[in-house]
Amino acid sequence: MAVKNFVVASFSDEAVLFPAVKKVRTAGYKIHDVYTPFPVHGLDQALGLRETSLHTAGFIYGITGTTTALSCMSWVFNSDWPMNIGGKPHFPLPAFIPITFELTVLFSAVGMVLTFCYLCQLAPFVKKHIFHPRQTDDLFVMAIEVTAKTNTEELKSFLASVGGQQINEQRAEAGWWYGRFDQEDRLFETKRVEAVNA
Amino acid sequence: MHLKYESTLREPLVDGVKDYHQVTEDIISPIEAKPGKLWYVGFFISLLLLGFGVFSVSWEVYYGTGVWNLNKTIGWGWDITNFVWWVGIGHAGTLISAILLLFRQGWRTGVNRAAEAMTIFAVMCAGQFPIFHMGRVWMAFFVLPYPNTRGPLWVNFNSPLLWDVFAISTYFTVSLLFWYSGLIPDFATVRDRAKTKLRKLLYGIASFGWTGSTKHWQRHEALSLVLAGLSTPLVLSVHTIVSFDFATSVIPGWHTTIFPPYFVAGAIFSGFAMVQTLLIIVRKVLNLEEYITLGHMEAMNKVIVLTGSVVGCAYLTELFMAWYAAVPYEFATFYKYRAAGPLGWSYWIMMTCNVITPQVFWFSKMRRNVAVTFVMSIIVNIGMWFERFVIICTSLYRDYLPSSWSYYRPSWPEVGFYMGTFGLFFTCFFLFAKYFPVIAVAEIKSVLKTSGESFKKDMEKYEEQPAEQFVAGLHHHEDHHHDAHGAVAHAHN
Repeated sequence: MAVKNFVVASFSDEAVLFPAVKKVRTAGYKIHDVYTPFPVHGLDQALGLRETSLHTAGFIYGITGTTTALSCMSWVFNSDWPMNIGGKPHFPLPAFIPITFELTVLFSAVGMVLTFCYLCQLAPFVKKHIFHPRQTDDLFVMAIEVTAKTNTEELKSFLASVGGQQINEQRAEAGWWYGRFDQEDRLFETKRVEAVNA
Repeated sequence: MHLKYESTLREPLVDGVKDYHQVTEDIISPIEAKPGKLWYVGFFISLLLLGFGVFSVSWEVYYGTGVWNLNKTIGWGWDITNFVWWVGIGHAGTLISAILLLFRQGWRTGVNRAAEAMTIFAVMCAGQFPIFHMGRVWMAFFVLPYPNTRGPLWVNFNSPLLWDVFAISTYFTVSLLFWYSGLIPDFATVRDRAKTKLRKLLYGIASFGWTGSTKHWQRHEALSLVLAGLSTPLVLSVHTIVSFDFATSVIPGWHTTIFPPYFVAGAIFSGFAMVQTLLIIVRKVLNLEEYITLGHMEAMNKVIVLTGSVVGCAYLTELFMAWYAAVPYEFATFYKYRAAGPLGWSYWIMMTCNVITPQVFWFSKMRRNVAVTFVMSIIVNIGMWFERFVIICTSLYRDYLPSSWSYYRPSWPEVGFYMGTFGLFFTCFFLFAKYFPVIAVAEIKSVLKTSGESFKKDMEKYEEQPAEQFVAGLHHHEDHHHDAHGAVAHAHN
């Protein structure tokens, strides 16, 4: 959690956004994030983000489910309480397949969703700063972090030249916190600093 | 030329002149408006039905399953019929959201949210029947394998009924996760445009703090794709396992290897019919005709005529095998007691509704006719209910011992239970239609510029070019926005 300064620009069309992202990156500015109302294909590559490994996690959860199902069922039928059910074998693999399959899918799906929520910090009552209320509606909102070396005025006019609109400066909490969306944002570090000064 | 391109030969998925904001307006504003009078009437009727269902089930729990007209001969009646019927209905939602995603069917975006909601509510209704059929329902947790003080006596992992427990609960969980993960971004849209404090608070909680970050979208896409990949075999497995409840038994009429594909096709058939029933009403009431177009309905009617014909083939195959196998009991079940006999009427209702009437959908005019589609969707659902009734009851009511032969008609608590699940289903669906975005807003936006009617019109001038010039234009465009290369590649999906 840290409070940072941002210069924020909105774009109304992805055809303008893509070249702008490239120019901003070439110019050496640090793009904090680009917020879009829907998944814009290719934007992750354009921003230089690496491919997600969520699929791999899903595979690992899946095989965990497979082994859990097979080992539990064979332990119950062979070791814990061997029972004669109509003279059927104690390790009836074909009969184990449906439950093994279901648990594979269940573990994989639940595990992946939880991992997804963990990685993206998504949960009820989690709050994050919304740079522009229409970033979930129709605008593509680019937030650029202001560092010690950034000339804010220069950056603003640069963003305007690449097609950015409604360019403004915002001081905001970059991480997440527990909060409600009907209440004002809280700037955590500022509060602490103020407390120290008082 | 725009970043994305799709041939104008394909029918647009979104009619009218739209931009991203208009899409949000059209889909979200019904949530923000007060519901109409019809909504209250419908919701109240659903609540009444649900109340009557609760009463009927309480009656059954208090006096025992004896209040149902089941007997020694007919151990499964309306309850299991309704269970299979509701589970089957659920299948269309997963088919639309998962299988059609893998097949890159763009039209799914208009209908997947509502269809997936229908799946979840239908599976909730389905689950009630086997649970209350247990009689001593407070013992229902005995079906779960857990270390216990009864030995420990474990569940029988060889039993298809136990497979059902795993299949249905997994299906419900995975469908719910898939549906909700898609809802998160749309809830954020509702939250960010909310005017009232309460709405901001509640949709803020429901949206899990979604911001629309590029990295999050990337993970979200990966998650959706893998969940679709998982749901595809899952949905096929669920009705397969339901069919195992019958197919692994030794009852003539049940003991057949054709059951899994036949049940899955039937499930998709009835599910699409239910989607049509619901969406024809939803698109009218919420003014979403530009998003759920005649093209969407036609596509679903094509699935209905296909799966209906598969089911019809299965009926004929069963009849053929009953004769060809030369087993007298099998022959008697199909020819004496199913197609004829005291319950024969139900077989002919099934045949008419499922095999004969859906053939009207071979005609494009019929597929694109709203009234015909609505009536057909109800007929198909009646037919598919009778299919399950026929499979269950006509196989049981004439068993090996003629002294046990019996007839079956439901008692009022059985009918009440069934009506109660309608109440549950529609109560949930009315709440969904009022408080949830009934169409996946983000997904519509991502296909808008390729498949929206007004955007497609802009492409016509390019398509009139000679081929070389058209291709040159594409190349020029790729050079121009080199970093948008990914977007261009995706456009061809």
